[in-house]
Amino acid sequence: MTDLLAIGTRKGLWLARSEDDRRSWTLDGPHLLAQEVAAVSIDTRRPRPRVLAGIQYGHWGPTVTWTDDLGGSWNETEHGAIHFPEEAGAAVARVWQLRPDTAERPDVVWAGAEPQSLWRSTDGGCSFELVRGLWDHPHRPTWEPGGGGGAVHTVLPDAASDRVTVAMSTGGVYVSEDGGEKWEPRNKGITVTFGPDPLPDYGQCVHKVAVDASSPDRMYAQNHFGVFRTDDAGVSWTSIADGLPADFGFPIVSSPHTSGTAWVIPLVADMQRVPPDGRLRVHRTRDAGGTWTELGDGLPDGNWSAVMRDAFCADDHDTTGLYFGTRDGCVYASADEGDTFTLVADHLPDVLAVRAAALP
Amino acid sequence: MSVEVILPGVLADLAGGSKHLQVEVRGATVADLLDTLAADHPLLARRIRDETGQVRRFVNVYVDGDDVRFQQGVATPIPDGTVVQVLPSVAGG
Repeated sequence: MTDLLAIGTRKGLWLARSEDDRRSWTLDGPHLLAQEVAAVSIDTRRPRPRVLAGIQYGHWGPTVTWTDDLGGSWNETEHGAIHFPEEAGAAVARVWQLRPDTAERPDVVWAGAEPQSLWRSTDGGCSFELVRGLWDHPHRPTWEPGGGGGAVHTVLPDAASDRVTVAMSTGGVYVSEDGGEKWEPRNKGITVTFGPDPLPDYGQCVHKVAVDASSPDRMYAQNHFGVFRTDDAGVSWTSIADGLPADFGFPIVSSPHTSGTAWVIPLVADMQRVPPDGRLRVHRTRDAGGTWTELGDGLPDGNWSAVMRDAFCADDHDTTGLYFGTRDGCVYASADEGDTFTLVADHLPDVLAVRAAALP
Repeated sequence: MSVEVILPGVLADLAGGSKHLQVEVRGATVADLLDTLAADHPLLARRIRDETGQVRRFVNVYVDGDDVRFQQGVATPIPDGTVVQVLPSVAGG
C-alpha cells in the first residue's frame, strides 16, 4: 500500500509517498511551481485517485486544477473551473477549501472560496457552481474579511443527510439542513474579542471546525481565541480550552475513528502567532476536550513559525496518522496518533495545506 | 479591424505558442479585444481579466504604450493598427 501526502505551499505542490506504513517518505516535486496552492485534496472515490489543487497563478488569478496520474499531468477546465456568474458582480480571489463529498455522492466536490462563498461541483471538481443559498444570505454584507481575506474555509458535508456545515472568517459557523438552500448561523457560545458584543449570533472568526467520529452533531472548533465543542450540531458551543497552554491557533483535527479524540496546535495569541515559548507542540484530547496532553516527541524547540488552518490533517488508517506543515516549510508526520513525529520535508515554501490518503 | 497583441512568454502557450497575435477584433475597445480573445483562447482571457470583466490587479495592459488604467480602462479605444501589450506588473514574493 502506498500512502500519499499532498503538500500545498505558497510556491507549489509537493507529493510525498510512503511504502512502509508511513515510517519513511519520498518527496516528489515541485509540481505547479510558483503557483500558490492554498487548497488541496485527494479524492480516492474514483477509479484513479484524483489530486485537486486550488491554485493562484500569482498575477493571473485563481482556479482549480487536477491530476489523475499523481502529478504526471495537470488539467484545467478550458472556461475556468470556478468563477462567479456575471450578475453576482464578484470575482474569486482565492480557493481556500476543496472537499470531496461522501462515497454515496462520488462526483460531488465542495469548494470554499474568497470572498465568502460556497461552491459545488457535480463533475469531480472540474467545474463548480455557486451555492446561491449562502451567497444570497442577508448576513453576507456584514461578514468582514480577516487578515488573510474573507473566505469560506471549512466545508463539512454530512454522509447520512443533506446537512452541510461551513465555517468562515469572519462570519462563523453556518449550517444548512437541505443541501445548501437555506442557512442559519450556529455560533451560540463562541466568543468574539474584536467587537463590542462578545457573544453575537454571527460574525465570529472561526478558524477551523472538525467533526467527531461518533456523531455529526459533535464538532470541535478552533476559534480566533477559544477552542469549543458542540454536541448539538452547532446549536450551542462550550469551551474546551482548559488545559491548553494557549487558546489561539488555526487548525483543529479530529480522529476519523475514535470518538472524543482531536488535536490542536496552539499559538500564543493573534498578536503573537508563534508557539508558546517557541516550542512547536501538538495537543491531543481523548475525552472530547475534557483534558489535553502535550505531544512533542520529534518536534522542535526554538521554533517561531506557525501552522495554518489547513496545514494539519489526519489520514484514515485504523491507527490515525497525523501530518502538518509550518510556515517555515517543514512537514512532520506521525503514524501513531501524535505520540511521535518524524520530519518529512524541510526548506519548502510556507506550507498552506496538507492532505493524506492511503491509495488503493 | 486588426490589432497586434504582444503577450509575455508565460502566456504564449495559451495562445498556441505565439507571443505575437494579429487579432481581427469584433468591436473597438480593449473589452471587445478581450472578448474576441476569450472566444478563441478562453484560458488566456481568464488570465488577463476576472469574471467581472476587469483587468486583473497585477496585470497591465498597454495600448500603444499607454497603461489602460490611466485611460478608460477596458473601454479604452483601440483603432485599427493598434499594438496592445500585456505584461505582468511588479508584484510577487
